[in-house]
Amino acid sequence: MAKVSMTVNGKAVTGDVEPRTLLVQFLRENLRLTGTHVGCDTSQCGACVVHIDGVAAKSCTTLAVQCEGQSITTIEGLASPDGKLHPMQEAFRENHGLQCGYCTPGMIMAALDIVRHNGNELDEHTIREQLDGNICRCTGYHNIVKAIEAGARAMAK
Amino acid sequence: MYNFTFHRPTTVRQAAGLLARNPEGKLLAGGHSLLPVMKQRLAQPSALVDLSQVEGMTGVELKGRSVVIGAMTRHADVAKSDVLKEVLPGLASVPGSIGDPQVRNRGTIGGSIANNDPNADYPAACLGLGATIITNKRRIAADDFFTGMFSTALEDGEIIVKVSFPIAKKAAYEKFKHPASGFALVGVFVSKRGPDIRVAVTGAGSNGVFRVKSFEEALKKRFSPKSIEGITVPASGMNSDIHATPEYRAHLVGVLAKRALTKATA
Repeated sequence: MAKVSMTVNGKAVTGDVEPRTLLVQFLRENLRLTGTHVGCDTSQCGACVVHIDGVAAKSCTTLAVQCEGQSITTIEGLASPDGKLHPMQEAFRENHGLQCGYCTPGMIMAALDIVRHNGNELDEHTIREQLDGNICRCTGYHNIVKAIEAGARAMAK
Repeated sequence: MYNFTFHRPTTVRQAAGLLARNPEGKLLAGGHSLLPVMKQRLAQPSALVDLSQVEGMTGVELKGRSVVIGAMTRHADVAKSDVLKEVLPGLASVPGSIGDPQVRNRGTIGGSIANNDPNADYPAACLGLGATIITNKRRIAADDFFTGMFSTALEDGEIIVKVSFPIAKKAAYEKFKHPASGFALVGVFVSKRGPDIRVAVTGAGSNGVFRVKSFEEALKKRFSPKSIEGITVPASGMNSDIHATPEYRAHLVGVLAKRALTKATA
């Protein structure tokens, strides 16, 4: 077993894990943060996207021990403590940017990375290209793209 | 995945020491090739030596007439390097075509080269520019480094520290991207630096990345897509799988080489 400590959604956490424990397992099973999903488990689908030190990454292809000392943000870390949704979450709700919802946490975490790199005024082409690593099995991309465009704008306010 | 011990050295020397003490161990860079094969239990290293905390292994630097990239530099960071975009845009365009944004945020140039996946992009860039792979022990020319599918000239305990790319006046990469995996079904890197002309192909060869001597010869007269018109690449030695036949891959080599030459001479 290995001891691992990191910051998750602003809180310091520690755990005893086997080195082979994936970050997504640590989040879901040790910390019970089940908002981060495992879809494909082969780094294709993006349902497991979280931010590691502010950078979007697939938590199914990252070991928990690789994140020693780093700061992780998951979907649970976006809304305000009073329950007010993050503007990107609100935009997904407003634009019906989800059908079954399974891919949504990963989509939203990826969307925030798109805004970080490309700013608040996004065109459809950029969004679609940057969503390369996120798959929606309901094929609900149209409203996801609309939601990200609106969310990015709302974040500028 | 089978279990292993995990180590996090902070210097190259420590990392080499850990590898020496763990002969069945492996280096961990971005982990985006290694962890998936470990999940499938196709690899079972007894130890992982994580290079992420080793000092001096990241960054893109201009050094004389070369660009030197630290082995642990992530694809996303190479892609957005202003200095690289200015002096060697053909190379700067390579990492942006790898995988997807999240993969590019984790994957590293050193990991890609050490793995030498037959469909990976960086091996074509290294061979296509005549790069030098700098390890903790020696300097290896790209021509000697890639020795076949998933195999390299790296010895046990040898660690890639950086890669040095000579600045070619003309250089470009064109790839036919597999729509699902993002890997190159075929990718062609072309460059001209004085009399040194290179055409390197990834994805197509059943023995990994290779140079197309017939194209290089023809391009000596004039570095232009017209120079290779009518020259065909034999299908023998090309990969065959459910995605493409050897003939199709051989055809793509010519098409992509012309596109890359058009881009490089634009």
